[in-house]
Amino acid sequence: MTPADTARSTDAATAPRLTGEGAAAALMLGDDALILSHRLAEWTGHAPALEEDVALANISLDLLGQARTLFSFVGDEDELAYLREERAFRNIQLVEQPNGDFAQTIARQLCFSLAQELRWTAILDSADCPTPIRELAAKAVKETAYHRDHATEWTLRLGDGTEESHARMRRGMAVMWRHTGELFAPVPGLPLDDAALREQWLTALRAVLAEATLDLPEGPDADAWAAGGGREGVHTEPFGFLLAEMQHLHRSHPGATW
Amino acid sequence: MTTHWPLWEVFVRSRRGLSHTHAGSLHAPDAEMALRNARDLYTRRGEGVSLWVVPAAAVTASSPDEKDPFFEPAGDKAYRHPTFYAIPDGVKHL
Repeated sequence: MTPADTARSTDAATAPRLTGEGAAAALMLGDDALILSHRLAEWTGHAPALEEDVALANISLDLLGQARTLFSFVGDEDELAYLREERAFRNIQLVEQPNGDFAQTIARQLCFSLAQELRWTAILDSADCPTPIRELAAKAVKETAYHRDHATEWTLRLGDGTEESHARMRRGMAVMWRHTGELFAPVPGLPLDDAALREQWLTALRAVLAEATLDLPEGPDADAWAAGGGREGVHTEPFGFLLAEMQHLHRSHPGATW
Repeated sequence: MTTHWPLWEVFVRSRRGLSHTHAGSLHAPDAEMALRNARDLYTRRGEGVSLWVVPAAAVTASSPDEKDPFFEPAGDKAYRHPTFYAIPDGVKHL
């Protein structure tokens, strides 16, 4: 057993446990963080510049840390990440969407991190949310503020940049917009004012896009059949490929460590 | 790298009361992004409490060709070092 394993088993043994709706909430937020973390990690070695490679990997690792903490409230981290089937994942469909080009990734980051920051803040302020999740929120809200800042700065530069970057940013937003309808679907166990959060999110998103000389995309923010889908375990086609890659090693070599 | 971003020099203050120290350099499109990249590259293990980024083009450096006239005259003037004074017993941090 390596020191890291020891540290983790101790953590797992002492981690607070959630059941019922609290566990469902931890799983939903944890799956959002894990899947987006995996998508961002796909940029490693491929980002437009070395500096950006490191920035995306940092954000990915922040999200992985959030996912691990949330999973530790529910059960075994490895089992939850590597041994669940597609239908058992409760992440929203937005986070599983492919990276596309850099602008599309930034569009997904902007939509998600704006929403995640609002939710962590609301959780922190709500005494009715489970205590372990509120304790994580205190740390996560600072990480997420940085993620939002990173996405905002890039949206401004791409939107208000060259003709090419503007066109790509607009296309990226249009691709991701169709999957934002789920962002504020109520999460059981987190009694928040989701409708109000959504209004705040829209206002903030609209402000960033306006400064970036972009408009809020037109059209519905959800496919008719997909509304609420991810939270019920219904995912889009790219998710299967993501899971195959993410779970392949653990399933081929159960319990492998290095 | 296909981009031609300018080079920035990064200075990190590790604690309050210490001066900013040169940590390295990076490429970024502008100062705001340079600051963010510096945060990710040079402070992710808790190295700092404050960051400066300076355009590398704004740094005027001494030339290696001038090394001798610049620095060698200081090499043999041991009397410039404060080693010839007896330090009073009560002084601990000089």
